[in-house]
Amino acid sequence: MSESKTPANAIPVLRFAVDRSLVIAFGCIILMLLGGALYSREFLSPEYLLQQLQISAFLGIIASGAMMVILIGHIDLSIPWTVTLGAMMATAVAGWYGETGNVLAIPVGVLCGAMVGLLNGLGVAYLRLPSMIFTLGMNAVVQGLMVLHTGGFAPQDHATEAMHFLAVGRPILGIPNALLIWIVVGAITIFLLTRTAFGRRVYAVGNREAAAYLSGVNTNAVIIGCFILSGAAAAFAGVLLAGYSTKAYQAMGDPYLLPAIAAVVLGGTNILGGRGNYLGTIAGVVLITLLQSILAVMQMPEAGRQIIYGLVILVMLLAYGRGEIDRK
Amino acid sequence: MNDLRHRIHHNGGLLAAIALFIVMFIIYISNHPVGLTAAVATTATNKAVLLALVAMAQTLPVLTRGLDLSVGMVFILANCLASVFVVGTIGEGLLGIVLVLGAGALAGFINGAIIVWGRLQPIITTLATGAVYYGIALYVRPGPGGDVQSDIADLATGQLFGVVPAALVVLLATVLIVWLPYRHSVLGRAAYAVGSNEQAAYMSGVPVQRAKLLAYTLAGLLAAIGGLMLTFNTYSGEASSPIAGTYTLNSIAAVVIGGTSLFGGWGSAIGSIFGAFVLRTIEDLLFVFDLDPLWQPLFQGVVLLAAVSLGAVRVLRIRNRLELFA
Repeated sequence: MSESKTPANAIPVLRFAVDRSLVIAFGCIILMLLGGALYSREFLSPEYLLQQLQISAFLGIIASGAMMVILIGHIDLSIPWTVTLGAMMATAVAGWYGETGNVLAIPVGVLCGAMVGLLNGLGVAYLRLPSMIFTLGMNAVVQGLMVLHTGGFAPQDHATEAMHFLAVGRPILGIPNALLIWIVVGAITIFLLTRTAFGRRVYAVGNREAAAYLSGVNTNAVIIGCFILSGAAAAFAGVLLAGYSTKAYQAMGDPYLLPAIAAVVLGGTNILGGRGNYLGTIAGVVLITLLQSILAVMQMPEAGRQIIYGLVILVMLLAYGRGEIDRK
Repeated sequence: MNDLRHRIHHNGGLLAAIALFIVMFIIYISNHPVGLTAAVATTATNKAVLLALVAMAQTLPVLTRGLDLSVGMVFILANCLASVFVVGTIGEGLLGIVLVLGAGALAGFINGAIIVWGRLQPIITTLATGAVYYGIALYVRPGPGGDVQSDIADLATGQLFGVVPAALVVLLATVLIVWLPYRHSVLGRAAYAVGSNEQAAYMSGVPVQRAKLLAYTLAGLLAAIGGLMLTFNTYSGEASSPIAGTYTLNSIAAVVIGGTSLFGGWGSAIGSIFGAFVLRTIEDLLFVFDLDPLWQPLFQGVVLLAAVSLGAVRVLRIRNRLELFA
């Protein structure tokens, strides 16, 4: 029977592709650590590694959301200002409502991000606009709102105690809270993607939306769901970043767009959607954070940092991210 | 008669962009304190031509159903290179211009080569090469500064015969020398075919790889012309990643407003030029109407979002829901 034959063939090929990217990504991480160790012994100390993981956590949370959107074959370019939005709204709410505000700060920040995600999802799903251009426009709108918000109302920009604690506290065995939060977010993402019907539908829509639609999947709901998750994750990371640097400021999310997308893609997720797993994204996030950290420690000037950064992404993708020749 | 209707239908996006631009420009001029003088027109064109050139650059990859997120970075790279090499006598300046344009074309060619032979996705390729080009721009010019050959710069940003803005002539020349021959060449037609349906194009013997390579190379060249014009306007170079990001973003918006489909195979660089003019006139309108600066970014964002949302009209025309997923 041809029906039983196809999956039997497809699974080993899929597994091999995922494995190869994972092996290369984790191999690169180890190589970079060893290379760094030659430069300075500090690179292998537990303290340095924990610190790197703590910094990775912010990018990791953003990348978790970005991955959901990339898996359905779309892209979320509104991440930079959604991060800033989450941070600014959380600190502002804390300033406006005092004691209650401190409790509400984090949920409100995340909710604002989810709202942006909802609008993105509505535009992409119902207006059928290319996600690249719609989320870019949304990014500009949110930027405008935040300029108006900070300029017109002069809201509080200091992070609350709770935000600071979540971002930099280390109460359990010296493990940073940010890392624990990333582990929770990652566990939820893995559960969603591998153990729920929603996860199956995400891969189905990413592979061929028309086929998913004809199979009875409410594809618009899946698209909207993924964009909401992406917006909420970006805003949550913004809240934590505000806690990490003790305040929210303009354009604080701008340095996170390229690394987030690069981390997802370096982790073996197909940018056209439908393929990829979360383990790869973890590898991609750690890889990118390490790369940035090593270049910073070596006191490489900004110019060299950008060039090496771009080249590493290109070379790694050329090693395993190449598309198949599809001309049958 | 039928031919005319067909042509109007075929160029609907372009005509809409032209009409929108004319209406907005008339509102702008009629509210301008000085009115339409050669100086006002020159200032307006000098700004608009920069975005128009970058938008033209973006059009070519988009027509092949690709995207070039590095146009802004190539634009900035050309700006920085020009501020170093386009100096000295007029002869040396001209040599510098050739060098800058060559570098832009090379940057575009590298993009194309990685996409065609490396078989990577255009979005992620140009994001990564964009970082590299920005790094090179920073290396060439770590801080803002530099100089440019002033005779050439004045000629390119002044007025011809005291009336016609020279930048407009540069833009027209670019259209005549680069776009029109490209549009009617075999590889230009191939780019449209590739954008419509790559597999069908391949099966029909269309040179798919060469078409893509040329599209990205010319995109680099056009972005470099834009960077050169920027240098002539500012007399200096600056490796600024916000400027690069803004130009990349606005170039995509200009392409969409100009009636080019982001799904490839449909549209023209002429439309993108008018799309760029529309975007620039919006900014000028905000200035003329003295809008509170705090509201300007929001207003621009909403206009941008509204403009790209016009593409949703397509949904209303679709009869079979399955076509939505194409």
